[in-house]
Amino acid sequence: MSSRDLILGRIRQALGPDPEVVDVPRDYRRGPAPVDLDLLVERLVDYKAVVHRVSDVPGAIRGIIGAGRLVVPPGLPTAWLPPDVPFSVDDGLSAAEIAAADGVVTAAAVAVVETGTIVLDASPDQGRRILSLLPDLHICVLRPDQVVASVPEAVARLTPGRPLTWISGPSATSDIELNRVEGVHGPRNLHIVLRETA
Amino acid sequence: MSTFLGMPAHAPRGVGQLRGDEPFPAAARTALANPQLRRNLQHATTTIRGKSGRVIAEVPDWQELRSAGSALKAYTMANLPQLLEQLEEKVTAAGGVVHWAADANEANRIVTELVRATGEQRVIKVKSMATQEIGLNEALEAAGITPVETDLAELIVQLGHDKPSHILVPAIHRNRSEIREIFLREMPGVDPALTDDPPELAGAARRYLRETFLSTRVAVSGANFAIADTGTLAVVESEGNGRMCLTLPDTLITVMGIEKVVPSWPDLEVFLQLLPRASTGERMNPYTSMWTGVTPGDGPQNFHLVLLDNGRTAVLADEVGRQALHCIRCSACLNVCPVYERTGGHAYGSVYPGPIGAVLSPQLTGVEDNASLPYASSLCGACFDACPVKIDIPSILVHLRNQAPHPRSEKAAMAAAAYTMDRPRLYERAQRAVRFSKLLGKRGRGLPPPLNGWAASRDLPDPPAESFRDWWRGR
Repeated sequence: MSSRDLILGRIRQALGPDPEVVDVPRDYRRGPAPVDLDLLVERLVDYKAVVHRVSDVPGAIRGIIGAGRLVVPPGLPTAWLPPDVPFSVDDGLSAAEIAAADGVVTAAAVAVVETGTIVLDASPDQGRRILSLLPDLHICVLRPDQVVASVPEAVARLTPGRPLTWISGPSATSDIELNRVEGVHGPRNLHIVLRETA
Repeated sequence: MSTFLGMPAHAPRGVGQLRGDEPFPAAARTALANPQLRRNLQHATTTIRGKSGRVIAEVPDWQELRSAGSALKAYTMANLPQLLEQLEEKVTAAGGVVHWAADANEANRIVTELVRATGEQRVIKVKSMATQEIGLNEALEAAGITPVETDLAELIVQLGHDKPSHILVPAIHRNRSEIREIFLREMPGVDPALTDDPPELAGAARRYLRETFLSTRVAVSGANFAIADTGTLAVVESEGNGRMCLTLPDTLITVMGIEKVVPSWPDLEVFLQLLPRASTGERMNPYTSMWTGVTPGDGPQNFHLVLLDNGRTAVLADEVGRQALHCIRCSACLNVCPVYERTGGHAYGSVYPGPIGAVLSPQLTGVEDNASLPYASSLCGACFDACPVKIDIPSILVHLRNQAPHPRSEKAAMAAAAYTMDRPRLYERAQRAVRFSKLLGKRGRGLPPPLNGWAASRDLPDPPAESFRDWWRGR
């Protein structure tokens, strides 16, 4: 008998001939709620992200990266990039090349107001997961129409088959005396550029 | 009871970390004698209770979410065979390979062989309760493979040649200056000027592990959730070590208890709200990674999922006890438990400490192998109130106390009491005799065995000067 059949047999034995019939109550908040961008900013800042509300995306990125060098995913709109900042496009860069960059710019798939979370889904304007992981600075450009109020709305918008990364603030740990301390293995600096129309 | 193949089985002895070296009362006494440990625990649990309480108060539908989470887990258990088959089908369709491990030995063998097949000598690990439970690190080391723990607290434990003492924060028993000392002593290449400032300690771990992340080709992880109808796995973490392990290597091996499956994609909306607020007291943890099989050009190109029983089916067979399998490993019950706050996690002997450990460990091993754990509680019920999926831990504790072996003398004493209470004259004489109990001395230390065992942690009540019957007669 394979271990698969053994385990499934044990489970059926444990449950008996009439397993319980269970209804799941769904009376928690699920529906769409109004999006409060001010609250999103407050929640992002509370977990130590830096937020820029601008209409001039290249200008904001220029201000953040200074004289540094960027990596960007292949589908990032080039209009977002300041003309005088050097960048490499990820067309299969090595981990060392990505890690050597001073920062990465990506778009996002969804953002959640209530929790101050952005979600990346590896679309061409966000790139492979490694891209937003190794550089110490992650700049994420967000459109207001990508923002939802709550976690259930975000889950409903996402495509489960894609690699997803939910990000709430820069890398942190609670492992020393259970206080949140920013800055372990992921990017220690997270900047959100919230692109508002002028 | 006759046994046949397919009968739910307990976790085997001699492997893994579900059984302690000594019973809880003895281990607790050692822990209680360490004032530094008690200070560290009190500080940490007080901090987390405050944080968690504040973010839970922000959510107006917390109770509705708890009810949904509880029902989702009950639904999962009732439909476990179909959900696991569906998960296997979806993971396989997405390019993953699913393995089934009946117990710790089989899981260790599967993972060791998978690592051997890659030819690598080292694996990076994301913090995982399942791999601690089965003693995977010891099995890998025995096979000449070096496991590197990458979670900060796990690293502190591993470098300190220590044991984890908390589900979420395995080094909760260490304060910042102890962590600094461990790093200075054990971390190769550490800056000797390292201070005990937490951001500096975190920075030291970052520098130490960076090269290992970039050069290791195999990672081992656990999983917080596995979605049956999509085949998606989820790991919830803070530091980014999880993202490193789940993204950089060529091969990813995930070891997951069979109870971690979640029926469908939208169900994540419940657990992703419950878990961070109940565990680290955050609205959302810094990073959650989700992956479905293999994605060409992104992340590990070889993915193995090991589904682990190791006693879980035995837990499932108990209609009262099976809700212990609903646990999402948030550790809220540890942080509110007056017993855990004083003894810490090591006293429980198992990788699952605190209230949930006191109900889970004895059921995974069989009560006889952890017979003292159901008594490691005052039954105050704080754990039940704190549990985000409403596991009724006090009821399971009482249920397990009834299953634990009781001394034969206890039965004899109860029979004698019943006999006496059935006979009014005998009862009256017994009442008078009680007045002489003062002769036994303070706390009844003069009681003969086995009654002196009972009196070791209890005070004998003072007998009243006059019984009700005497008072009634003399009215």
